[in-house]
Amino acid sequence: MISAADLARLSDALVTAALAAFGIALVAFAVSSALARHRPALKPTGAAAHPELPLTAQHSLGAPTGSPHAARVERTATVILAFATGVLVAAVVCRGFAAQRVPWGNMYEFGLTGSATVAVVLVSSLRRRAVMQVAAWVVALILILLGVSVTSLYTPVDELVPVLKSRWLVVHVAAAIVAGALFCVGAVTTVAQLVRDSNWRRRSAEVDASDAHAQDSLAEFASTVHLVAFPIWTFAVIAGAVWAENAWGRYWGWDPKETWAFITWVFYAAHLHALSTAKWRRRSGYLALAGFAAFLFNFFGVNMWIPGLHSYAGV
Amino acid sequence: MRTAVVLLILLALCAIPGSLLPQRGVASDPAAVPQYFRDHPDLAPWLDRLWLFEVYSAPWFAAIYVLLLVSMIGCVLPRCLELWHEYRAAPPAAPRRLSRETPYRTVQVADADLALNAASDALRARRFRVAAGDGEIRAEKGHIRELGNLGFHLSLLVLLVGVAGGRLFGYEGRVAVVEGATFTNVASSYDALTPAPWAAIADLEPLDFTLEKFDASFETAGPRFGEPRDFEASVAYRSARSGEGTFAIRPNQPLNVNGTKFFLTGHGYAPELTVRDGEGNVAMSGPTIFLPMDQNFTSDGVIKVPDARPESLALQGLFLPTAVRGAEGLDTSAYPNAVNPRVQLTAFTGDLGLDDGASQSVFSLDVDDLEKVRDSDGDVWRVSLAPGQTAELPHGLGSVTFEGLSRFANFQVARDPGKGVALVAAVLLLSGLTLSLGVARRRLWVRRIDAVTIEVAARSLARRPVPAEELDAIVAAATSSVIPATPSTKDPV
Ligand code: HEM
Repeated sequence: MISAADLARLSDALVTAALAAFGIALVAFAVSSALARHRPALKPTGAAAHPELPLTAQHSLGAPTGSPHAARVERTATVILAFATGVLVAAVVCRGFAAQRVPWGNMYEFGLTGSATVAVVLVSSLRRRAVMQVAAWVVALILILLGVSVTSLYTPVDELVPVLKSRWLVVHVAAAIVAGALFCVGAVTTVAQLVRDSNWRRRSAEVDASDAHAQDSLAEFASTVHLVAFPIWTFAVIAGAVWAENAWGRYWGWDPKETWAFITWVFYAAHLHALSTAKWRRRSGYLALAGFAAFLFNFFGVNMWIPGLHSYAGV
Repeated sequence: MRTAVVLLILLALCAIPGSLLPQRGVASDPAAVPQYFRDHPDLAPWLDRLWLFEVYSAPWFAAIYVLLLVSMIGCVLPRCLELWHEYRAAPPAAPRRLSRETPYRTVQVADADLALNAASDALRARRFRVAAGDGEIRAEKGHIRELGNLGFHLSLLVLLVGVAGGRLFGYEGRVAVVEGATFTNVASSYDALTPAPWAAIADLEPLDFTLEKFDASFETAGPRFGEPRDFEASVAYRSARSGEGTFAIRPNQPLNVNGTKFFLTGHGYAPELTVRDGEGNVAMSGPTIFLPMDQNFTSDGVIKVPDARPESLALQGLFLPTAVRGAEGLDTSAYPNAVNPRVQLTAFTGDLGLDDGASQSVFSLDVDDLEKVRDSDGDVWRVSLAPGQTAELPHGLGSVTFEGLSRFANFQVARDPGKGVALVAAVLLLSGLTLSLGVARRRLWVRRIDAVTIEVAARSLARRPVPAEELDAIVAAATSSVIPATPSTKDPV
């Protein structure tokens, strides 16, 4: 029988291993992107031969363009990423068993479980070319989040303070983590899309079909991710309100944490509306990024700088 | 829609200052706003004029969400009507040039009419609404998406009704109850009561409860030494409508009597002191609530004894549940539970001002008109008592006995009649949203070109494109119905 302390140590060791593995995955993806960038322009064979297929379908056919070299590196990177993700998920599970509760009771655990969730989202959507193109950036984000969690948020395994002992903790925080992971991937894709968009317009004369398609599939993937994330975030906010009612007697009190959850929600709602507004569609990404910034501020800024009822971050 | 985007951005931006500045009636710390006024005497009145200390009830904040809702109604109600008409009508005619749609296919079949029939059956099987005629099939699916979208937007109105219900008819209160004491639910029993404008404060839910016992446990070892682990307030309640019973109120587990809820929000110590005056009579006896000031429950409190003879007395004290000798010889508390309890007292004499009618806090002492009690050497009289100990006051003023220790629990009391409505709105909101974002409304057309060729096209009425698989399935159904033929494709125009 392994003791709780052993499990906690095992979790910490796995986190270190995962950090290393994600680091290697980052390098591999960076190399693969670099190789892909030097590929010869995609011949119309790919793009025009199946014009009736929607763009995503073409880009998810999976055949990486360019040299077979690039393809090999890409596959290797994928395998390393999957491995790193597995290790990180194992670390989360160990942490949960060590604490004998869900592993999201303080900021460190939130960061840990959050980065594992981002990794899972990334791995499971890697079949899409659009995601493959931004994988390196998402991995970099995972590394940052995990690194910050380990270096400045780390707290030893511990029992929860009484106000957190609630099944609503499980539901509310889990939903927030999933939505947050999706927001994360959505934000990276959106940045990539916005950057490409401005490059693309600057040299629109020499645009080739593949770029246009890549562009569209980035935008499409980002909007799909946001469409999925938005209801989950809505649910997280509602579950939080139900919990607040159960713990403090009022379901909404404009506590800073609640306020920033609301701001996040409203920015993403504005983003969805802008997506449906023909003229603003291209720039709607900025609103999603504003939403993501509000989400990040809620996690880091509010927990650390603003006093409120939610001050149990454990840092 | 553009108005919606602009107003939504405004709403988000305008919610920000309320989280950065202290807010009245919102923050956990009611002293934060006065403190801000003291720290920024020039700036604060200006911010106040702009309602920046009560952003969420500010007129400009209300203006934004009211505008938002008005423009939403203006947008959504016509869509309701339109949806109703579209739902009752047959799927609309196909565009003349299907080849402009994506996805699009032309398919060689053995017999175009048979293929059309087969396609129509396949569409019906996939729960499309189908209309056929003139060598063409029109099909549509996913009206429910619009219904979801409407439900979602209208639920925001329902939510506002729910919120308004609480804001107009609800109330919140706070009360501290000492072990053994009974709380009766009438307005005058509360330490603080904030009723909404139309709350019926005169007839609160008829009930009372006695706090029989309060238990607190704290971490006894390790790096989290002294952190709270569990709280439990055991109460016996009597309600006119729900009978009697006992209940353990804990964090996340309020006592709910017909919608009036009692939440455990804090606790502390109430040392039991007995004060005898200079004539030997008991002038005060019983537990007094001391307010905790730190994690280890160093608490301060005041005992006013106006009836003491020959002079009115007041005691000001610190309570330390686990007193240890700290730096500079001052005692501090090292642990939240009462391991080595001490009460440290100083005394005052003089006019306590309790008779002039002005209301006073029971937790603070206005020492302006009072004189510190000094011993015969002229030093300030100061004692530290363990339970059971008695100290004599100098100059025959009387004595104080620390009899024992009770705890008190703080309850937050809330009644919000709009809560149910808000919950219904939230459920409606979430299901509407899921439908609206999860379902794609689309139209699909099949048309005969000549005896052996048909064309198939689809158009999405939502943001997500129609999946090619759906079109392929219809094509497959149309071709498999007859002699197999190889589908060929054609470039769109
Ligand atoms: C000014 C008031 C509003 C108007 C005129 C409006 C209008 C619309 C319209 C026409 C749609 C359908 C878009 C589509 O089918 O793609 C829509 C969708 C939506 N609206 Fe609103 N809305 C308003 C307020 C709000 C508010 C206050 C929220 C919530 C914060 C909200 C959240 C949404 C969401 C999440 C969608 C789904 C977007 C989608 O279908 O992709 N709307 N809105």
